[in-house]
Amino acid sequence: MSLLHFAIISPLILAIFIPMLHKYFHKIHTGWFLLPLPALLFFYFMSYFPETAHGESITETLPWIPSLGIDFAARIDGLGLLFALLITGIGALVVLYSIFYLSKEKEKLNQFYVYLLLFMGAMLGVVLSDNLIVLYSFWELTSFSSFLLIGYWNHRERSRYGAQKSMLITVFGGLSMLGGILLLYLMTGTFSISEIIGMAGEITGHQFFIPALICFLLGAFTKSAQFPFHIWLPDAMEAPTPVSAYLHSATMVKAGIYLVARLTPVFAVSGLWVWLVAGIGILTLFWGSFSAVKHNDLKGILAYSTISQLGMIMSMLGVGGIALHYGNVEDGFYTVAITAAVFHLINHATFKGSLFMVVGIVDHETGTRDIRKLGGLMTLMPITFTLAAIGAFSMAGLPPFNGFLSKEMFFTGMLRAREIGLFNFETLGFLFPIVAWVASVFTFLYSMILVFKTFTGKYQPEKLEKKPHEAPVGMLIPPVILVSLVVIIGLFPNIIETLIESVMGAILPSLLAEGHEFHVHISHWHGFDSPELWMTAGVIIAGILLYRNLPRWSGIYNRMPERFSLNRFYDTGLEKTQLGAMRFTGLYMNGFIRTYLVYIFTFMIFILGTTMVYKNAFKLDTSNVANIHYFEVVLAAIIAISSITILFSKSRLTSIILLGAVGYTVSLFFVIFRAPDLALTQLVIETVSVALFLLCFYHLPKLGKNEERMGFKLGNLLVSIGVGAIVTLIALSAHSNKEFDSISEYYVENTYKKAGGENMVNVILVDFRGFDTLFEIAVLGIAALGIFAMIKLRMTRGKEQG
Amino acid sequence: MFEMVIYVSIFCFSLSMLGLIYRVIKGPSMPDRVVALDAIGINLVAVVALGSIALRTSEFLDIILLIGILAFIGTVAFSKYLEKGVIMERDRDGNY
Repeated sequence: MSLLHFAIISPLILAIFIPMLHKYFHKIHTGWFLLPLPALLFFYFMSYFPETAHGESITETLPWIPSLGIDFAARIDGLGLLFALLITGIGALVVLYSIFYLSKEKEKLNQFYVYLLLFMGAMLGVVLSDNLIVLYSFWELTSFSSFLLIGYWNHRERSRYGAQKSMLITVFGGLSMLGGILLLYLMTGTFSISEIIGMAGEITGHQFFIPALICFLLGAFTKSAQFPFHIWLPDAMEAPTPVSAYLHSATMVKAGIYLVARLTPVFAVSGLWVWLVAGIGILTLFWGSFSAVKHNDLKGILAYSTISQLGMIMSMLGVGGIALHYGNVEDGFYTVAITAAVFHLINHATFKGSLFMVVGIVDHETGTRDIRKLGGLMTLMPITFTLAAIGAFSMAGLPPFNGFLSKEMFFTGMLRAREIGLFNFETLGFLFPIVAWVASVFTFLYSMILVFKTFTGKYQPEKLEKKPHEAPVGMLIPPVILVSLVVIIGLFPNIIETLIESVMGAILPSLLAEGHEFHVHISHWHGFDSPELWMTAGVIIAGILLYRNLPRWSGIYNRMPERFSLNRFYDTGLEKTQLGAMRFTGLYMNGFIRTYLVYIFTFMIFILGTTMVYKNAFKLDTSNVANIHYFEVVLAAIIAISSITILFSKSRLTSIILLGAVGYTVSLFFVIFRAPDLALTQLVIETVSVALFLLCFYHLPKLGKNEERMGFKLGNLLVSIGVGAIVTLIALSAHSNKEFDSISEYYVENTYKKAGGENMVNVILVDFRGFDTLFEIAVLGIAALGIFAMIKLRMTRGKEQG
Repeated sequence: MFEMVIYVSIFCFSLSMLGLIYRVIKGPSMPDRVVALDAIGINLVAVVALGSIALRTSEFLDIILLIGILAFIGTVAFSKYLEKGVIMERDRDGNY
């Protein structure tokens, strides 16, 4: 076990000790014990940077289930490192923030930090595993810990609803991803991602390729809240704000992005992948930004904004995947979308994390997140306002912040999508820049709403629960750090170029010749002739116009009927599924044994009948049939008459006696077929059972003792005739198909010679096959004890008396 | 000839059993049925005896005895049931 493995699971190990620390050091906020770990891990992962910066990767393997090819292989390359840095870095900031956000007295901190550590470890495992099964295990652990974190305030109904919804959707995706993993394993014979990437070109034509692709995309789309699976994310906003900031902006929702980026070298050779990733991404981008505008809850706006930004990254990954077809074109003409995706991934984590923390501060200091109640907080909370403004302007794509740069590159990537001559991009590709532009206008719009509706306008103290004031300094430090990153990356984007290059090397490995690296250069200024500049200008102008006239046109949001919303679809779908399942169960499980017997017998007739017909199994061979004697005919007639009379008899007593007659006649059959032991036993048993039947008859309740014939039901008649017919046919066929001689010759020869007995039946029962007898004795013993217990043990007697 | 006689006798007994079964089914009262059943038992003794002669074996003689005992026990049980409503009476002091 290397240090790297230890680093990955160290949050899980610390999680074990958190409850103890919470209990014995309850005077100190539990979060302080956590804080050093992500910070340490952050610097530990930074130490890998020099190696990965040159496209190298470090793999450490720990055998887990070697016989199945499942090893805990930890692999650090550019992509994994970027995510690990995001997770630990923002993790540290979020822990610091949560120390000031969550009250020591009121909250169950031990639970919160255990869940958070579980999540952190799981997320590190997802991004640093090279083995797909290990990745899947950590993937499910993220879903699980996210479920716990969303439902942290489990006394609230909305929290539980949100947790359940996110669990159902992400686990659905996780399971389909497991399907994809297995299909990929069937194609390649390995679970190792790096080996699979090595075989990337070979599996394209395989019949499992498309199903595996779709399964993986389902996993990635559900986790990353892509359309139409985005509906869980807004409901996950019931979580405490540090959780929203950490999971639902910076880390977990990017697990799907990570998966898509990681598997781009495997799947992006297919046009379906490119179209699905880019198309769903751009649709999500548009839908998320469009929906964000109508929300009044700050976290609701941020949730939809996260959805939209994730869609943007996804679409860039999709378009960028095409670069695999073109080899290393100079100046990265096609790879610019990947560059933009990676760049925006970093930017989004910084500004969205800070925005969530800002919203948390506003919520914490005013008691509400509703923008209709907020306003005029600028002078009261100047630092928070500055943070919010920078974060939101970056999100809107304004210079000089980092969002501007990634938005420009995004436009570049989308514009170049038109020029791709593959997968019909030359015909439908023109939609990409248009939708991207429209979505950016809405992004601008909701960013402005977020800042200006909250911090400017009229101050309404009467609507607020608390008197607002500036947040404590500890709560401000994490967003300040993130926002300074926003500004620093915005002003000097080139300081992270090496990081982006190494990530691109991991996403598009086949484009790199030995020893080469991607060269990324991000610049603010493209010159007046670049279309991206005019697009950004158009976004700003259109955005300002729309913001000014917001009350005039926001009525269109009410036009869309609630009935067609995806949430309604999910809710009714869930309800209808439960209702339908309940109805279905109620339909056939009606509680009547006679109905179940009809099912069983019908099924038996159906299965046996179809098998007979399908296999053409019926055969009638009279060559080995014995002669019929008249007394056999007479006995058969007696049995037949008695049996039929049972059906039509009026009284139950007659039925019992006739049943006895049948039993005695059977013993006569045993006599004429030369089975004296059977005949003896049959006679005694028949007598006893008739006596028992009479006992039962005697104890029938007076009320139900009315003597009447069995009712007639055509269905029952058909089923009983069917069963009889099918069993008869099978018996005839079986008798006609004897392929081997009996083994009874052995017993005939050896009954006396080896066992020392003359009665062959008895020797078989107690000697040759004595084991069966032993357990039949056991059956009789159990039956006797059971009857005794049923008669003697009356548990309800005491209750009735009491 | 001997076998012929035996088969004819078995046939006759079978016919008589058919008649008794008619009585069991039709029997207007319960004692009719019980008596018919008892007679069937005895007829069975005869059939088994004849059958073991026909099959030339002595293995079925146990069965003859058994049928005799069972027919007796069964008839007694039935009679007791018809007369008293129970077959086995409880001890007076109630612990059985």
